[in-house]
Amino acid sequence: MADEHGIVATGLVREYKKGPRAVDGIDLVVHPGEIYGFLGPNGAGKSTTVHMLTTLLPPTAGTATVAGYDIVREGPQVRAAIGAALQEAALDPLLTGREHLRLQTTLQGIPRSERARRGELLLERVGLSQAADRKVRGYSGGMKRRLDLALALVHSPQILFLDEPTTGLDVQSRSALWEEVRRLATDDGVTVFLTTQYLEEADVLANRVGIIDHGRIVAEGTPAQLKADVGRPTVEVVPTDSEEKERAAAILARFGEPCVAVQGVAVRLRTSDADLAEIVRALDAESLKVENLQLHQPSLDDVFLAKTGRSLEGAGEEEEEPELALEPA
Amino acid sequence: MSERFVEQVGQLARRSVVRTARQPANIVFPLVFPLLLLAVNSSGLQSATHLPGFPTDSYLAFALAVPFMQGALFATMNAGTDLARDIQTGFLNRLALTPMRGVALLAGQLGGVMAMTAVQAAVWIIAGLILGVHFAAGAGGIAVIFVFSLLIGLGFGALGAFLALRTGSGEAVQGMFPVFFVFLFISSMAMPRNLIEIKWFQTAATLNPVSYLIEGIRSLIVIGWDAEALALGFGTALLIAAIAVSLATFSLRTRLTRS
Repeated sequence: MADEHGIVATGLVREYKKGPRAVDGIDLVVHPGEIYGFLGPNGAGKSTTVHMLTTLLPPTAGTATVAGYDIVREGPQVRAAIGAALQEAALDPLLTGREHLRLQTTLQGIPRSERARRGELLLERVGLSQAADRKVRGYSGGMKRRLDLALALVHSPQILFLDEPTTGLDVQSRSALWEEVRRLATDDGVTVFLTTQYLEEADVLANRVGIIDHGRIVAEGTPAQLKADVGRPTVEVVPTDSEEKERAAAILARFGEPCVAVQGVAVRLRTSDADLAEIVRALDAESLKVENLQLHQPSLDDVFLAKTGRSLEGAGEEEEEPELALEPA
Repeated sequence: MSERFVEQVGQLARRSVVRTARQPANIVFPLVFPLLLLAVNSSGLQSATHLPGFPTDSYLAFALAVPFMQGALFATMNAGTDLARDIQTGFLNRLALTPMRGVALLAGQLGGVMAMTAVQAAVWIIAGLILGVHFAAGAGGIAVIFVFSLLIGLGFGALGAFLALRTGSGEAVQGMFPVFFVFLFISSMAMPRNLIEIKWFQTAATLNPVSYLIEGIRSLIVIGWDAEALALGFGTALLIAAIAVSLATFSLRTRLTRS
């Protein structure tokens, strides 16, 4: 189980006085060079877990090592090995991008002779060279996130924590950030622990995904494994004539068992590699006119639904994560 | 003190000064408001100098010590709200994740406050000289006033930092502003304590540490070298600074819960 250069957590708990158990016994292993997606709704315990793993919040119970160092007993060593871009880009709106990097390189103890060069390199890497001397209050959300990432990379960390890095970003900014995170993991060998509430982000970016709900990991594996565990794809047919639904259902029944459909009729296929062409041929042979035919692959939302009984979309609206300033129990 | 620590403090102090410099309201109001009050009071209360026992015949010279205190109150607010904003935006967490020592953050923040206090003190002194105030303790006295101002700025700046670290809220810090102003108004800012006729007011002014800070500066302007006033003034300023810095340091340790 021990992994000297990744992250290992065992029975990690964070409990608040007069509050809920924000994190309720988490066990996880993140391998070096891996992008680990921590997926869950708002209030699931993602940020609290990140705060514990980055030494900003002591755990109530359990243990964890990050880069081989204990998060409670070896805080300074952990912090030296990690970079973090926490929820909401923590930037000073009155400073420029370059001034942020100057401050960060000094505080991280980068030798004076290397500071300017390192700052320029990172600004260029995140595409902010042109905007480096503008005050951050004039930056867009995407620019702030990129600067946040650059600041987290100042000391070339082994492990990078990204807490909901793309929340609120437009599609273009999101894709650019994904590309940079992927590059960090593949080219530089950085281990990335990424929390997100976006299914697509976890699906596209993460090598492995841990799904968290109410402070507990309810499922873990590669996106493909998780989806395969949940089940087979479904096919939905919407007949042109709505009176033909029963006939369409009878044809589809040859390929699988009926399931809930949004508009028409649907079946869950018997095998995961069923041939859609066969279904089309069967419908055609029966002269059934079809308005729409769709193959639905299982998504991570289906995984979340299967494990928690709720859809990930909107699941977090019930409760927010408690304030980190609350006193420990 | 290591070179690295000095660099950290220097960068954080620089940030504090740059932040203030880029918010003109944080410079203009702390300078203009006390000057306006000084102008109004010194013209309206000049006749008070005819009271038997009043220490000078210039109310302007008598009142010139007050802007130093008002400047210190603004320093409290600025230091506190800046730090509270850092807590609210998560900037403090960013700093906490670096190898920075907590005391460097406080020293940097207070260094910035003291730099602004130095600018303010220079403005009050120059304004006084331009308006014809004779500094009874001479050039040496002006230098002591300058040092005294920095000490007051340190104490009140640390008080602001303590409030911010304790509450984590800029609103809470600003909410204390009227309370500090009450302390200023029930001091000897407008009248020497021995000439205050209302008994409860005189008692309150005597118990109020702000009176001793004002009287310390005032003594150098209107009396000369008054050992008792200076000892009480410096003693009070040192005590406030020691208590405030200790409270702020303790609160910072609690706030930075990193292991």
